[in-house]
Amino acid sequence: MQTGKQTPAEAEQSHSTSRPSERPWMKVLLTVLVLAVNFIFHYGVFSLLKQNDISPVWLTIVAVVWGSVGIFTIYLSLNWVLSLYPESVKKKIQPFVFISPAVFILGWLLFIPALRTLVMSFFGPNGDVFVGLKNYLAIFTQREMLITLRNTLMWVVFGTFFSVAFGLLIAVLAERSSFEKIAKSIIFMPMVISFVGAGVVWKFIYAYEPGDHQIGLLNAVVQAFGGEPQAWLSLVQPWNNLFLIAIMIWMQTGFAMVILSASIKGVPNELLEAARIDGASEIRIFFKIIVPYIKTTLAAVTTTIVIFSLKIFDIVIVMTGGQYGTGVIATKFYREFFTYDNQGYGSALAILLLLFVIPVIWINASRFKKEEGF
Amino acid sequence: MAANPNNRGSKKWLVNVILGFICLLWILPTFGLLISSFRMPNDINTSGWWTIFPHEAWVTESTITLPKDVNLDQPFEVKGEQVTDKQLQNGVKIAENTRIVWENRLRKTVAVQDEEWTSNLGFTIKNYLHVLTGGTYQVAGPDGSMTTMQGDNLGRAFLNSIAVAIPGTLIPLTVSTFAAYAFAWMRFPGRNILLMAIIGLLVIPVQVALVPDLKDFIALGINGTFLAVWLAHTAFGLSLATYFMHNYISQIPKDIFESAFIDGAGHFKIFTRLILPLSVPAIASIGIFQFMWVWNDYLIALIYLGGVPNHQVLTMQLAGMVGTRGSEWHLLTSGAFISMILPLAVFFFLQRYFVRGLLGGSVKG
Repeated sequence: MQTGKQTPAEAEQSHSTSRPSERPWMKVLLTVLVLAVNFIFHYGVFSLLKQNDISPVWLTIVAVVWGSVGIFTIYLSLNWVLSLYPESVKKKIQPFVFISPAVFILGWLLFIPALRTLVMSFFGPNGDVFVGLKNYLAIFTQREMLITLRNTLMWVVFGTFFSVAFGLLIAVLAERSSFEKIAKSIIFMPMVISFVGAGVVWKFIYAYEPGDHQIGLLNAVVQAFGGEPQAWLSLVQPWNNLFLIAIMIWMQTGFAMVILSASIKGVPNELLEAARIDGASEIRIFFKIIVPYIKTTLAAVTTTIVIFSLKIFDIVIVMTGGQYGTGVIATKFYREFFTYDNQGYGSALAILLLLFVIPVIWINASRFKKEEGF
Repeated sequence: MAANPNNRGSKKWLVNVILGFICLLWILPTFGLLISSFRMPNDINTSGWWTIFPHEAWVTESTITLPKDVNLDQPFEVKGEQVTDKQLQNGVKIAENTRIVWENRLRKTVAVQDEEWTSNLGFTIKNYLHVLTGGTYQVAGPDGSMTTMQGDNLGRAFLNSIAVAIPGTLIPLTVSTFAAYAFAWMRFPGRNILLMAIIGLLVIPVQVALVPDLKDFIALGINGTFLAVWLAHTAFGLSLATYFMHNYISQIPKDIFESAFIDGAGHFKIFTRLILPLSVPAIASIGIFQFMWVWNDYLIALIYLGGVPNHQVLTMQLAGMVGTRGSEWHLLTSGAFISMILPLAVFFFLQRYFVRGLLGGSVKG
């Protein structure tokens, strides 16, 4: 890329590249101009949308076009500005044009906020009184909070175990069945709907009406077997947590199944055939050949679902609002921050979540490093 | 493993039966919701959705109105039988297949019922109209009285979800693909450390950054706008998207664009003319994943759009309905189904890409 000659610039700007490059003040002016036009344009559209006095359909169209095209035009115009400058400058700056939006957004909205939350977790409710580790101490001593921690543990243990176990079972069964594709689609389908939608689906299943006419499926089944209908979500504590966890299992099993199934397909056929010729039963083959062969994937799926269940929020909020002893860390965090306005305590809960997540991801990452030289 | 060896043929029926049972179990909740969303409001509240299938039940044949002066505290006569108030509440058998039971105790009407095979087949699409457009409508109660009810405005929420989800997908995709290209094919100081840092940010749960971001958005005056939600979704999805796209773009063979370099094409041109078209499968995979995430998201929308009624997205409105209209099942079921239509359509038409995105997003390689 040594260039004595002018590089053929991009088609859309070819006419303007050669002239301004001879006059430095012109370049600076153009640079400022382009940045200013960008700013004014985007600020203009933003203000238009914020006024909110156009019809909903137009609002949606303008928002979609602006958001989708706007981001690309920012890169386009920055690159155009860059093409005004000599090749040596361009080569140094261009990588940063490509990465700086990503670095800026991640730094501004993810990294620095994490540090701010960490600092806040050492302060009182309004963030002005330093309380040291008091918030953390409170988390591990308050009775209500201990229930919350117990519930989160229940989610992680039961939710993960059954999602992975069912996923594995279905992956193995589907492999040997006559309708693998359809079965997999059916099991996977709940994965694509929202937790709020799933919440409605399951609220309907757990529905309880005093009297004989049960419209909830679970109570109807219980009744058919001669049992008494129950208000599953509010009474029967702490088992009501399990009824919520069932929803996550219903949704996450498909995820485990898809990934484990891909991995099982990688088990060499010769290995399985050899074992069968030696007379090994299918169950023995499963535990002695298939499971050891896919154990990396199994571990990855397990950790992914563990992290997922640690952060669970939507299901609990929609189904019970965290009442009746069903609160988990994420719902408690929300309540502390947005209902009780207790910033220090809420921050400590968020950091606690981070502390729980880090080792799980760390184990995952270090295993990849060992096995693949990541 | 694709072909089934013959020696397992004998057990295949067992596998099929077990799997079939599990599939039935898995599809039943959604199926029940779908059926219910088309039933009459009153039917949903008084009978289970499975009663659309033929079943044996008591069907009212005729009604008898008792004299106004009948004393319910003492046994009285109906159709030649001596009955008490309490007995009539549960029903009294007067013949092999016939019973009498209160139809309406206050109006003193008694129903004469036969046990018959029946199914509740009253369907309507009005639930969907009412939940989409708002406005008031009338519902007939079990005793023939009419109740006026208020619909919901999910149509607006559907549009808002689109306004959030499409840019909420395309912005992080654009930003991450540019960054992934630079990390893969450009040389600059701090490249490796920055890339590791970006991937490392995968560990940060949404909750940790939620509130400081909210404070910044409020300070900048963008809280409660679509821009705030786009930015939040970009920040929370960028780490994974960059990691995913970098894996893909760094594996494109260099000789494909070497000739372009020799012809003097710059990085930007190579990126837009070569890398983007070549990356379509990867972009589709992670794009569908991100789209589902944004469409189904509740927490981020709740925090950054929470106070603005006009900007509510589907999940927020539906969750609100669960809280305030918990017993209006005809609206809840049809509303839930409306929120699922788009993800389900995407799933069925683009299944291949969706699964690939899942594989790449969770397990490397």
